[in-house]
Amino acid sequence: MKSIKSQKTPLDYVAKSVIYLILGLWTIASLFPIYWLVCFSLKDNSEIFGGNVAGLPNHFLWKNYAAAFMNGKVGTYLLNSTFVTGMTIILTTIVATMSAYALIRMKWKFQKVSMSIMLLGMMIPIHSALLPIFLMLRTVGVIKNTVWSLIIPYTAFAIPMAIMIITGFLDTIPRELEEAACIDGCSIYRTFLTVILPLLRPAVATVAIFTFLQAWNELMFAVVFISEDSAKTLTVGIQSMSGQYQTSWGPIGAALVVATLPTLLIYLLLNKQVQKSLVAGAVKG
Amino acid sequence: MDRVFSDKKAIFIFMLPGILFFLAIIAAPVIMSAYYSTQNWDGIGKSAFTGLENFKKLFVHNVDGFPLSVRNSFIFLAVSVFIQLPISLFFALLLARGVKWEGFFRGAYFVPVIISTVVIGQLWMKIYHPEYGLLNVVLNNIGLGGLTQKWLGDSKTALFASFVPILWQYVGYHMLLMYAAIKSVSPDIYEAAKIDGSGELSTAFRITLPLITPMLKVSVTFSAVGSLKVFDLIYVLTNGGPAGTTEVPSTLMVKTIFMSNQYGYGSAMAVFIIAECLLFTALINKLFGKVQVN
Repeated sequence: MKSIKSQKTPLDYVAKSVIYLILGLWTIASLFPIYWLVCFSLKDNSEIFGGNVAGLPNHFLWKNYAAAFMNGKVGTYLLNSTFVTGMTIILTTIVATMSAYALIRMKWKFQKVSMSIMLLGMMIPIHSALLPIFLMLRTVGVIKNTVWSLIIPYTAFAIPMAIMIITGFLDTIPRELEEAACIDGCSIYRTFLTVILPLLRPAVATVAIFTFLQAWNELMFAVVFISEDSAKTLTVGIQSMSGQYQTSWGPIGAALVVATLPTLLIYLLLNKQVQKSLVAGAVKG
Repeated sequence: MDRVFSDKKAIFIFMLPGILFFLAIIAAPVIMSAYYSTQNWDGIGKSAFTGLENFKKLFVHNVDGFPLSVRNSFIFLAVSVFIQLPISLFFALLLARGVKWEGFFRGAYFVPVIISTVVIGQLWMKIYHPEYGLLNVVLNNIGLGGLTQKWLGDSKTALFASFVPILWQYVGYHMLLMYAAIKSVSPDIYEAAKIDGSGELSTAFRITLPLITPMLKVSVTFSAVGSLKVFDLIYVLTNGGPAGTTEVPSTLMVKTIFMSNQYGYGSAMAVFIIAECLLFTALINKLFGKVQVN
């Protein structure tokens, strides 16, 4: 098809440079704040306020990180966030794969209606549950002020989207495998566990990444439900630390970097998968 | 075989956990919120049925600025749909037509999306800091000291200053959605357009855009509904201040319930937000339905 390509004119080169200039500027706009964050997390106040606002630090002040971990309890917050997010992903995956299987593969009355109702849940904002769940926690106090008071609502609100992604994927898997397993005398439970689950791996990866982003970043529930330091997640922990360290930017910066690093690393490692997953989630939304 | 796949006990076991989560944590709270919204209740004492009084209070003789918060969320919605999405679309089109380091640009633009909103909020608070913030320092250094502002502290600039980080953060997200949609259009169509002598701009508007309408609908819905229920960044950046000028319905709802203990009235706000989200989703669906028919 080379023949239809017109000759390059000087104007094309100008256009090309303009395009790269715009792309480059937006790259800087996207990444510079993060570079700046890493820089000031390694500076002390005299350097930040003394003129070196945007440059690299003169001395790398690692003790900001020590301060964030020791006084700010960033370590605890990090562990809590990891646990909350991990549990939410595991529970969401288990519950959603089971439901999706029954909704798509098995035959029963109200199957379609149940599916529509479950998917309707996607449109319900998490706000609607804030006060009711707060009141539920007040009456059933066992999990109050623990990470479970976050894991359970996060899971519930992640399930509809997860069901949508998994049912969409299940539809593309041919039924023959299950039917063969069935003829071989496999029980429905074993078919599900040994035949279906392994095939669902790509869908589960998508669900995991979606759920990770939501649970890791959620703020409203975390702020309202958790007042105990030992149960705080990174979002609410950093929020309360910023009140404490209002004037010393270094330790706050360090805490922000610690909160960002895990997601950034996962993203760098799984860049393609992350992008694919987010698109997969949106396509059918 | 049909017997195996319609085994009632198995269906029950498979569905039970999902149904329990759904009923207890999604459905029941919606109903509870609707019920509380008809009550006058401080959360401790007895509640009294007041009918639609709470909803009336949201807009008639309102004292807490709820109408302003709704207005703010609508401004935000308009800014998202008419400024953020076109920027995303622009970059999606640029990247999809094939440039060098396409993957790098895509990856870079997406970085803000994966960073926690609390981190983004804290970071931008430092950028906006009146004395030492990046923005004012840069303005001073390039001789535009006259433009420096107390960005988040001044009621004139606070609202737009708090929109910027949210817009900035999600440009990459919508770009990626649109990019994926554009890439899934068959290259043959573009070849045909080229042979017919269609220029790049007209190809973009007449061929690409109509073909990715379904994804545009998704983007518009996400960003509209996201604007109506925005909480995180406003809470971190201004928490509604100064003097309530950046309040949005969600931040006001949290304050009304947990700081002034107006459980009934706050629930009316929650119900309003749910209704708004459902309404806008339906509206956008309808709007795009018409576009697609044409």
